[in-house]
Amino acid sequence: MKIQDRKHHRPEWVMERMQRSIDALLGDQAQSQAFDRPPPPPGSLDKYEGELSEQQLAHLLRRCLTGVRPEDMRRFEGASLDEVLDALFTPQSDPAPPVNDYVDREEGEVDPQVPYGETWINHNWDTNWESGRTTSLKTWWLRLFLNQEASIHMRMHLFLHSLLVIQTWDIFYGKVSYNYWNTLYQSCFGSFRTLMKDITIDAGMLWYLNGAANSKEAPDENYARELQELFCIGKGPDSGYTEGDVQMAAKVLTGWKVSWPDAQVSFAAWDHDTSDKQFSAFYGNRVISGRSGQAGQEETDDLLDMIFDVNETAKYLARRLYTFFVYPEIDAATESEVIAPLADQIRSNGYNLSEALRTLLSSQHFMHEHAIGAIIKNPIDDMIGAMRMLGAGISNDQELDDRYLQSLGLLWQMGDLGLMIGDPPSVAGWPAHYQMPQYDRSWITTTTITRKAIHTDSLLYWGFWTPGELINADVLAFAQRLEDPQDPNRLIDQIVTLCFGLPITQESKDSLKEILLSGQATDDYWTNAWYEWEGDPDNEMNRSLVENRLKSLLQVMLQSAEYYLG
Amino acid sequence: MKRRSFLSNAAKGVVIPSLMGKMGMNALVPGLSPWASAMSAAGDGDQVLVLVYLNGGNDGLNTVVPLDQLSNLNSSRPLVALPDASLLRLEGTNVGLHPSLVEFKELFDENRLQIIQNVGYPDQNFSHFRSTDIWMSGSSSDELVTSGWAGRYLDEEFPGYPFDYPNESMTDPLAIEIGYGSSLMLQGPSSNMGMVIQDPSWFYNLVNNVEDPAPDTPAGDRLRFVRLVARQSQQYGTVVRDAADAAPAQLDYPENNRLAEQLKIVSRLIAGGLKTRVYVVSYGQFDTHDMQVEIGNTTEGSHAYQLMQVSQAIKAFMDDLDHLNIGDRVMGMTFSEFGRRIISNASYGTDHGSAAPLFLFGNQVAGGVLGDNPEIPRNATYADNLEMQYDFRSVYASIMHQWLCLDESTVGSLMMGDFEQLSVSTGINCLTSSTSEASAKKKLLVSASPNPTPGLTKIDFESQGGILELSILDLSGRSIRPIVKSVFPKGKHTTMIDLTMLPSGNYFVLLRQERIRQTAKLVKL
Repeated sequence: MKIQDRKHHRPEWVMERMQRSIDALLGDQAQSQAFDRPPPPPGSLDKYEGELSEQQLAHLLRRCLTGVRPEDMRRFEGASLDEVLDALFTPQSDPAPPVNDYVDREEGEVDPQVPYGETWINHNWDTNWESGRTTSLKTWWLRLFLNQEASIHMRMHLFLHSLLVIQTWDIFYGKVSYNYWNTLYQSCFGSFRTLMKDITIDAGMLWYLNGAANSKEAPDENYARELQELFCIGKGPDSGYTEGDVQMAAKVLTGWKVSWPDAQVSFAAWDHDTSDKQFSAFYGNRVISGRSGQAGQEETDDLLDMIFDVNETAKYLARRLYTFFVYPEIDAATESEVIAPLADQIRSNGYNLSEALRTLLSSQHFMHEHAIGAIIKNPIDDMIGAMRMLGAGISNDQELDDRYLQSLGLLWQMGDLGLMIGDPPSVAGWPAHYQMPQYDRSWITTTTITRKAIHTDSLLYWGFWTPGELINADVLAFAQRLEDPQDPNRLIDQIVTLCFGLPITQESKDSLKEILLSGQATDDYWTNAWYEWEGDPDNEMNRSLVENRLKSLLQVMLQSAEYYLG
Repeated sequence: MKRRSFLSNAAKGVVIPSLMGKMGMNALVPGLSPWASAMSAAGDGDQVLVLVYLNGGNDGLNTVVPLDQLSNLNSSRPLVALPDASLLRLEGTNVGLHPSLVEFKELFDENRLQIIQNVGYPDQNFSHFRSTDIWMSGSSSDELVTSGWAGRYLDEEFPGYPFDYPNESMTDPLAIEIGYGSSLMLQGPSSNMGMVIQDPSWFYNLVNNVEDPAPDTPAGDRLRFVRLVARQSQQYGTVVRDAADAAPAQLDYPENNRLAEQLKIVSRLIAGGLKTRVYVVSYGQFDTHDMQVEIGNTTEGSHAYQLMQVSQAIKAFMDDLDHLNIGDRVMGMTFSEFGRRIISNASYGTDHGSAAPLFLFGNQVAGGVLGDNPEIPRNATYADNLEMQYDFRSVYASIMHQWLCLDESTVGSLMMGDFEQLSVSTGINCLTSSTSEASAKKKLLVSASPNPTPGLTKIDFESQGGILELSILDLSGRSIRPIVKSVFPKGKHTTMIDLTMLPSGNYFVLLRQERIRQTAKLVKL
């Protein structure tokens, strides 16, 4: 399969990399087709009224947060489903914006617009510093995953990013990419209809999908097409928009311009197509009447109203929520039992996706045991999730240079695992969210699984590589955050609950315990070693006895197939 | 779900993106021993070392019994002492083996089994964990070393692992460990040097392409998928499977014997052509605090049973190796974290002790009994323990020099000290070591001045020509900072380094060039 470049100016190396990953994907696909596909989880959208088991709580947290920490589990112990969701659906506070941490001060570099340590988000394009600012944005973004509060905010933001894609390297303008980021962030708990207006006339999007080049003399259909195909309506069985609709939408959208170099968006009436736009039967043969002058921009609202008036839009958004948060494959039963009623809710609540998502996550369907572990973790959940669980972070209490270098290492290695934040491989987002029949399986290839193992091994043993200081997991501090770490059985049970998508048998747990006990038969050997270390924590010898065995245990657990199930 | 259904990912060291597809073992024809013709030229690089860990602390005094101490033994450990008449006396020696070790006696009589008496280390630590770590790392009792002795050996032989491997000169795993997690033994200075085969059933699943069961749910579907990809990613998995396929038919091994199951795999992989240098297997619950023996019959019980298994497994292994024409390439060693107390306790068992005998096996071992019988006090108490005669690191150093053919200065730097050479091998396999190496080892190849230094210091070093690497190690042998890695023409060279950022203390400068490895001590003020 040859990939199609939806955008025209993608650098060759990007194309090459994409082609390689698609090839790798198809290679695996041949294998996976040999499996019988199990049916999706059963159950309706009706609210789950049962008790929230420990396993269900961990399942919910895994789908809402990035990795689950012992503290997250403890905080919600004994809470009702509604109490947990109340907390998870509370927005995070606004993060302090990214700052100039990208100049190499040892080399005497200076960004003349932005003092070191000050934010760059309001500054105009500077050919020398957009690379640094874009990297600063992306590394800051990763740190927000790592340091997130117990809120679904970052996950919802990732959902919107994977749906309404721009590529920040393509934009190459820090201020513009940040504004895109912030538009999504501020919209996570609001109306998707409002967000679509904002994103349609977002400077980054107007550049990325050529809206700013869409002129009445030479319409560019790029955005008009993706608005329908990827953002709002999709290609589902009941989708019926036509090529004519794409052309008409492009005409409606003519006139939006982005000024240079300050990237302000304005409506240029002189370049707006003032003719009437006739849409197809799919849109009820609606006509958007052409308007001249600044009134021409009202047509954009009319276009969005028309799109949000068709039933398919809510269904498409319901499916996107479902495949991102619950399970990537939808069968007829799921479509009628879950998607249809969820779409009804979306339509009736004014396209508030977070409210709909809350309904979905509290449903019998989501809480069914077949939904648990049913999706392969994306690299953020996988790698940053492991770091967050273990408490292996990037400290904010260090020099900005050092923090930047550490974050840079993380950014590169996330790219290696197949998820470069801010730069999905195409306007369609990541293949895991749309590419049948692979879907989430596409995160796992022989290459990524190998790299992931090296990354977690280094995190545990010799330090996760960065151009600055290595990042190390303090496995003893992690164990201390668990309850009764001196009891090898309790210790293993808790880690299994935190990070395995499937429960494991007693036999498997016993095998894990063999590592902690170095093959000895008695639990006391671990318990005593633990207490001896706790009683004299500065004793290196005592420390190494428990530390070596914990590292070995975590190494096996983080490489278990069960770990990859989110 | 079985425990084998985990992705041990054998991974650890094995998760290396690799070139294996290009250089498979396909040339090996099943049924034909690839070594048959190479045997006469067996030399450097063909030797295999098999390490058998007897888990829990084996009771040495009931394994190799000092015949001149019988009366004191009988009075000190009345509940577990073996009847004199039951002992298998070894001709020409003053020791008798436990009656379970019938096959060991045969091997000893054929000069294919060697006993080293009283092996241990000064200042015995009685914790399983700590003492196991000491044995596996090769550290002293009060020293913390985070790499394993076999891992350091492999790092020496195969520099750059894992990043440059597999490659044309080494297509195979450097070491294979059969066990659930990766042990300290194979930990190198920065990464684990071994592939883990978590248990025999995992191996046979790999060889026979058997899928582990997974539930018929969406999660089960993903689980199967991840396992499949993990297996595909294990390039060493393919090499191992190919080797297993290439091996000729083996002899029978005793059934229901967990050690035999593991050794059978080892033999099959060696015969199948793997160039893997080190295998680590483990067996047993030798932590016999209670019911080490049956009440009223000390020749029976858990210890007797386990020794029988060990004896039968190793004999079957050696017979199979000979049958496969690879017997001369393999040497094995048993070890355990400590021996047990002289006195027996009230539970028909023995508590943690100190020095103990160990066994070397192989066609090329020196043979005989090395060392003296331990002296048992007339009225031994709980506080009495056996004195060590040989430091366990002497055994390692001797194996490295006499079996793995490393020169003594290299052995010294890997073992972080000079340890006495014991005669462990007939020595025929190390006759090819090169003279330039021999002459290089006497010369001082690297030095620093000023030393001690507050920061800046000059490193003088000498190259034999070719790629040479300098780095700074901390006291545990961990490489903490590279200095230079480049091609240096033959002759003397100099470089400056700045240690200002390092904490005060002792360090080493390590020079590495091909098989030469020399360290110079460096003190930071």
